[in-house]
Amino acid sequence: MNDRPINNRAWLFVLPVLVFVLFSSLLPMMTVVNYSFQDTMGQNNFFWNGIAWFQNLLDPSTDIGGRFGNALLRNLIFSLVVLFIEVPLGIAVAICIPRHGWKVGATLVMIALPLLIPWNVVGTIWQIFARADIGLLGAALTRMGIHYNDTQDPTSAWATIVVMDVWHWTGMVALLAYAGLKSIPDAFYQAARIDGAGRWSVFRNIELPKLQKVLVIAVLLRFMESFMIYTEPATVTGGGPGEATSFLSLDLVKIALGQVDLGNAAALSLVYNLITLSICWVFFTVMTQLDQRKDL
Amino acid sequence: MGWMAWNWHTAVFFLVIALLLALMTVLAITRPETPRRGILRFPTTRGDRLFVSLIGTAFIYILWIRFTGGNTMWAPLVISILYVTAMFRFA
Repeated sequence: MNDRPINNRAWLFVLPVLVFVLFSSLLPMMTVVNYSFQDTMGQNNFFWNGIAWFQNLLDPSTDIGGRFGNALLRNLIFSLVVLFIEVPLGIAVAICIPRHGWKVGATLVMIALPLLIPWNVVGTIWQIFARADIGLLGAALTRMGIHYNDTQDPTSAWATIVVMDVWHWTGMVALLAYAGLKSIPDAFYQAARIDGAGRWSVFRNIELPKLQKVLVIAVLLRFMESFMIYTEPATVTGGGPGEATSFLSLDLVKIALGQVDLGNAAALSLVYNLITLSICWVFFTVMTQLDQRKDL
Repeated sequence: MGWMAWNWHTAVFFLVIALLLALMTVLAITRPETPRRGILRFPTTRGDRLFVSLIGTAFIYILWIRFTGGNTMWAPLVISILYVTAMFRFA
């Protein structure tokens, strides 16, 4: 830690971006805050409603409150499940990627392919892929006698969305982990060989600690993206069957654009935003603190 | 600005936030500081402590409404003031 005061003057260069963000994000965000404390009868006439929208949202016995609690729980479960599959799988894939020769390029391109496909196209691909009548996956599973229908059975719907996300994003974790593995100097492996370390012990004592930073980034990116997931479930299941895959973002769109219930939607998006922001901040702090530790 | 549905309550809120940011800028120019390590166990500057205070205060209010129904809003105000004081003093 050096003891010089921090000079923040470089932030002035960010001013042009701030102006842009003001129009693209801050003003809409302020409007949402305004909506969350007022009610309207239309005609752009608003009147003060106090904290009633928030009371409604945070009370589990109301309709919106119940939906919010369930959707939040679904979001958290989804993010955790996805992280628990994608991060270990991504590391495993990264370890298997060749380190030399033409195979490197070929493998990396193959792994990166799903990342290049737009979200709604991924959703459409999987929606057709999973159909129990004509989809390759759905029809194959049905023929094998496995009960599978992602439009009627909640378990199938969840499995489809989780597998879809794993298919879409494990590549990113693998690429990050691969970059981290490549940056480990050969000397570490040589030292391990001299000490007679086995494959597991090399992984446990050299590779995993060296991967820590990229893994924090991978977990951050994957968490944020999966926590805010909208397009893919909207295309594949539309939040169904019933409410089984209604994540917060899907519910928010239903409330804001479907029911044009501005107050409830505004309160929901503010609380949603606050949760996202604080988790982001925790990850960011952990990341910057790791950066400052020289021993990693 | 009509589409933004302004009212004086939220306007005051945003004005205070803007003034706080301006104050932070002035302080950063006139009285530069070094980060210090407190109860949060990582180095924080004034700006970090302000951010932690604002986010934490929002959570205090949300949790208060969630668990008490929010019929009286004076208690979370007191809790928030204590919390913000603690953050600026010890974080």
